[in-house]
Amino acid sequence: MADMFAFAEARGGELRKVAFEAVAAARRAADATGGGQVHALVMGAPGIAARADALGRFGADVVAAVEHVGLERYAPEAFVATAAERIKAGSYRAAFFSASAEGRDLAPRVAARLGVGLASDVVGFDVAGDAVLAEHPAYTGKVIVTLRLTGTPAIVSLRPGALPATEQPRTAKIESVAPAADPGAGRVVVTGLAQEAGAKLDLGEAPVIVSGGRGLRAAEHFKLVEDLADAFGNAAVGATRAVTDDGWRPATDQIGQTGRVVSPELYVAVGISGAIQHLAGMRTAKTIVAINKDKDAPIFKVADYGIVGDLFEVVPRLTEAVRKARSG
Amino acid sequence: MKIAVCIKRVPDMELRFAIAADRKSLDQSGLKYDISDFDGYALEVALQLVEKQGSGEVVLVCLGPDGVQETLRKGLAMGATRAIQLKTDVVPVDGLAIARALAAELGSGGYDLILFGRMATDTAGGTVGAMAAELLGLPCVTAISHLELGDGKGTARRDLEGAAETVQFPLPAVLTIDEGIARPRLATLKGIMAAKKKPLEVKPAALGEVRLTVESMALPPERSGPKFMGEGADAVAELVQRLRTEAKVL
Repeated sequence: MADMFAFAEARGGELRKVAFEAVAAARRAADATGGGQVHALVMGAPGIAARADALGRFGADVVAAVEHVGLERYAPEAFVATAAERIKAGSYRAAFFSASAEGRDLAPRVAARLGVGLASDVVGFDVAGDAVLAEHPAYTGKVIVTLRLTGTPAIVSLRPGALPATEQPRTAKIESVAPAADPGAGRVVVTGLAQEAGAKLDLGEAPVIVSGGRGLRAAEHFKLVEDLADAFGNAAVGATRAVTDDGWRPATDQIGQTGRVVSPELYVAVGISGAIQHLAGMRTAKTIVAINKDKDAPIFKVADYGIVGDLFEVVPRLTEAVRKARSG
Repeated sequence: MKIAVCIKRVPDMELRFAIAADRKSLDQSGLKYDISDFDGYALEVALQLVEKQGSGEVVLVCLGPDGVQETLRKGLAMGATRAIQLKTDVVPVDGLAIARALAAELGSGGYDLILFGRMATDTAGGTVGAMAAELLGLPCVTAISHLELGDGKGTARRDLEGAAETVQFPLPAVLTIDEGIARPRLATLKGIMAAKKKPLEVKPAALGEVRLTVESMALPPERSGPKFMGEGADAVAELVQRLRTEAKVL
């Protein structure tokens, strides 16, 4: 029986989907050891504590809520100090973070401050005796590495979306906690946060991603991809590096080794040939659909469903069929 | 301005990988090595900063076996001033052990900036830069896609999911570099000749305790190909049917 820690990420006054994933993973880890407590930490501007009870739904027993006007945005030094202090205060077998943009900054620093090991960007794990075994796609996703992490607490950061949050409802006790360092006194200060124009649903949060590649032939044809995403209702739009390099889409839409790494429930690749660099960013999606005119395109090797054909004919038809399927 | 750039030597990712007989390392036959992509961007950023200032030093640091000397020479050919190899026969997968060895070397170096790529393309952990910063007690900004320096301060941009942060920090600092910030230059013949005479120091790597190791490696399950391949717009109906009943995503 071992207690687990989870860092619950918030942005803009709301918990993020990755917060539930971290808590649910901690719950699963605690249960695997015969049932221990799950303690979560959430940090944000005043008001975030009122959101914290949602973490109980995914298995948190206790939520430490740190509210401070200086925590509206990620304040690295205050976050690191507070997370490290909370972890030290308990006796946790493992601590779970998200390998989101924020988590990839936070988790390594917390591990270094505590002098403990970190397995990052993990897509599966197992608490085995005195070790945590963690699965991590490496070498642009061409090799799955199982890592052995010893020592306590073992720090694990989870690839967003790879381990969907399952509900394990309980009533979480919310405790108000002060930050371990003054958020206003950090050396590194986030002075601005600009939302990307047109980003409706974030790539890391969306259960469905519709992505376009060079096969679309021109920036204006991305309308086809957007329409299909709209038809799904819960979809975000991604792109290949070729497309973002050409300026058809913003760089932040890029999915791949050098862009975002995503694991949605459904990934629809439109006019994407499937370069290694792109596959590295999406091959852990649960279900992959590819639409491409070249039947030998490498994308079909990782796809679960494929249509060989002219995307300008196939995609509008698919958009219509998806819309119909969802309304009926 | 004195800048350290920490680089890693990684296999060419375009190659096909095979797992060695021990089931926990790569079969080395046919592998070609080069500087990790993001580390190349970091080096270019450092070279441009020193050029802009008109004076300064770019020091390359690489942890690994003697094979990394080739990678360090390449960086010297691009224009770095000198290089340090932190020698270890095997590069551990434990980011904290690597960060510890680097911090031990960098701590007394008097650097204004310490740059890393945001992650190595092989192990794809992305932890060493932020860990080294923490061990050194230095301000740190990770995964930056834009950088401006002036008056002992810096401003950087970090891309988040669907948003971009503007971050200010004082020098000295540790930064990890994302793609898109600068295209690495090619070494000139003159640079390659000059690199042969540049200092390359070899020191032992002080890794300390290693807590993260490779238990096993495997190739991802071979996909036998799609469960359904249709042709043309007429295949849409069956695709949607299967997305609904088989994949249950509709």
